[in-house]
Amino acid sequence: MKKLITNVESCKSCKYCEDNCPKDAIKVNGKINSKGYPTVVVDEEKCIVCGICYNVCPDYVFEIHECEV
Amino acid sequence: MDKQLMKGNEAIAEAAVRAGCKFFAGYPITPQSEILEYLSWRMPEEDGVFIQSESELAGISMVYGAAATGFRTMTSSSGPGYSLLQEGISYIASAELPCLLVNVMRYGSGLGDIFVGQSDYWQTVKNGGHGDYRSIVYAPASVQEAADLVRLGFDKAEEYRNPVTLLSDASIGQMMEPVDLPKIIDHDPDKYDWTASGKGERKFNRITSNMYYMDNFDEYISKKYKTIEENEQLWEEFHTEDAEYVLVAYGISSRISIEAVEAVRKKGIKAGLIRPISLYPFPVKAFEGLKDVKGLISVEMTKLSQMAEDVALASRMKVPVYGITGGTELYEVEDVVESILEIVDGKAKEVI
Amino acid sequence: MVIKSKPEACFVDNKYCPGCGHGIINRLVAEVLEEMGEEKKAIGAIAVGCASLMPDTFGIDCIQAQHGRAAAVAVGVKNCRPDNMVFSYQGDGDALAIGFSETMYAAIRNDNITVIFVNNGNFGMTGGQMAPTTLEGQRTTTSPKGRDIMATGAPLNVINLMKTLDVAYLARGSVDGNANIMKTKKYIREAFEAQKNKEGYSFVEVLSPCPTNWNKSPQDSMKHIRETVVKTYEMGVYAERRGDNA
Repeated sequence: MKKLITNVESCKSCKYCEDNCPKDAIKVNGKINSKGYPTVVVDEEKCIVCGICYNVCPDYVFEIHECEV
Repeated sequence: MDKQLMKGNEAIAEAAVRAGCKFFAGYPITPQSEILEYLSWRMPEEDGVFIQSESELAGISMVYGAAATGFRTMTSSSGPGYSLLQEGISYIASAELPCLLVNVMRYGSGLGDIFVGQSDYWQTVKNGGHGDYRSIVYAPASVQEAADLVRLGFDKAEEYRNPVTLLSDASIGQMMEPVDLPKIIDHDPDKYDWTASGKGERKFNRITSNMYYMDNFDEYISKKYKTIEENEQLWEEFHTEDAEYVLVAYGISSRISIEAVEAVRKKGIKAGLIRPISLYPFPVKAFEGLKDVKGLISVEMTKLSQMAEDVALASRMKVPVYGITGGTELYEVEDVVESILEIVDGKAKEVI
Repeated sequence: MVIKSKPEACFVDNKYCPGCGHGIINRLVAEVLEEMGEEKKAIGAIAVGCASLMPDTFGIDCIQAQHGRAAAVAVGVKNCRPDNMVFSYQGDGDALAIGFSETMYAAIRNDNITVIFVNNGNFGMTGGQMAPTTLEGQRTTTSPKGRDIMATGAPLNVINLMKTLDVAYLARGSVDGNANIMKTKKYIREAFEAQKNKEGYSFVEVLSPCPTNWNKSPQDSMKHIRETVVKTYEMGVYAERRGDNA
């Protein structure tokens, strides 16, 4: 199954993912990374792994992986 | 070898083609336009590229890009146009790229005039652009030497990864003389590993100010220029062995100065001549052997004795330095002789 | 197994401000080059300004051009290495203020290069001064009362000038939202395809946010593009590829 992976260390809190997520599955209110930015949190229940967050992110935070069930 | 009668400017252009230069971008300005005109038809004959750029700023930028690819490239200009090249020259030197620049000097500041002159010594030799860099500068005194220095210039530019400037002038550029030109050579643009050529299987290259990515840059760059200063001084001497008055002149002025030296020797004055061929590095070694010299005389077609400062430094300020100036028209030998006699008679003021 | 991740050329975190559009546009350029299999042959001429942060974090051969001269540098590169994919990457101050002549003449000659032009309406790197693209009434650090077009002339729509020329491809996209980003990527792909096909000059303008100097949050900056910027700079394709040089 496909899974969304986040590299929160690269996140700069712009919230473009939050704005563009069609399922309201992303919030930028997670732990603060070493750069000082609150980072993305993905609600895996809601996420459909559409990849829009990857596309709108200026900082290459998101990856999509194929994982064994 | 095929000896032929050529204009100085055309000899420079043909010598560049024969040195494997494949890209020229430039803009018309008198008295260098023959270089542009010649290469407009000659470059395509050798599968090279000629572009008449929209400005000197664009032309030097194209040369910057071309130099980054590893190809042999050049531009040429004069006076006001050479001023516009300075931005690009600083970038090219900062990124340590090889290329050949030609400044066929005219006379004066501002628009100045297209007459003979050597007014761009300071700008060309001391650098008109910003920052810590030098361009190796060669000054030809004949059409043959102009052609020879083009070949040497391309070689030295690559040896040191540094721009080289040929500082010619309106007289050398416009006069016709017989010239031997070497056979054309192929230059392999892929022989260096630093080029912007597509990363292929290697790590990507960044062509930019090398200071960004080099830990010991300050030490490295000062060593590079010290090496050039130690190894690349070129000059010729005439009658310096017993000379009490040594003329120092480059390019067209040196040809008149030789005659003046011969003329004053007939009057019993022990005169000699040092002819710098490299202006950067300035041939300070030529001055080390001088003994019992009563005066150094910088002979230049400029009103402000621009080279005289370097002459004074080369002699460690131990000898009086005089200047014989000119420009807008060639000085006659008699004029230079007269000025030398005034100096010998103690009637002239020191420049510095 | 990784199905989708950043392109290899974006090998390290970029250095742009939070919400800056350059990060997205850098990635789109890298994606297109890698999808075309051209990243190993690509050479970029990178502008001065915020674009100059790109060579630090963009893993293909790049040349740092002088301010405004990136198109001319690219022309020098392309003429020596015509089989390489050559592009310039420039902001609005660089390409349209100090580099207007070099930008236009590459188009006038229909040079076979691709220009990626990032329009964020100000000089970002130097602190948000007015640029040729600054909107009428827009406040910047050098137009503190808002841009007065009676004094400065109107915002410069360079595509309107270029479309009078014989060029291969002209388009304007935006990084505002997923749909526009996808469209912009397609424009960039078309531009590089035009170059590969030796069709001539290709130019893609990308409307991009500068939250830091617009004094807006990243989200509000995108909203500003969506609601305001596009009224001056309409998106779309302005010169379709003819493909007649194939």
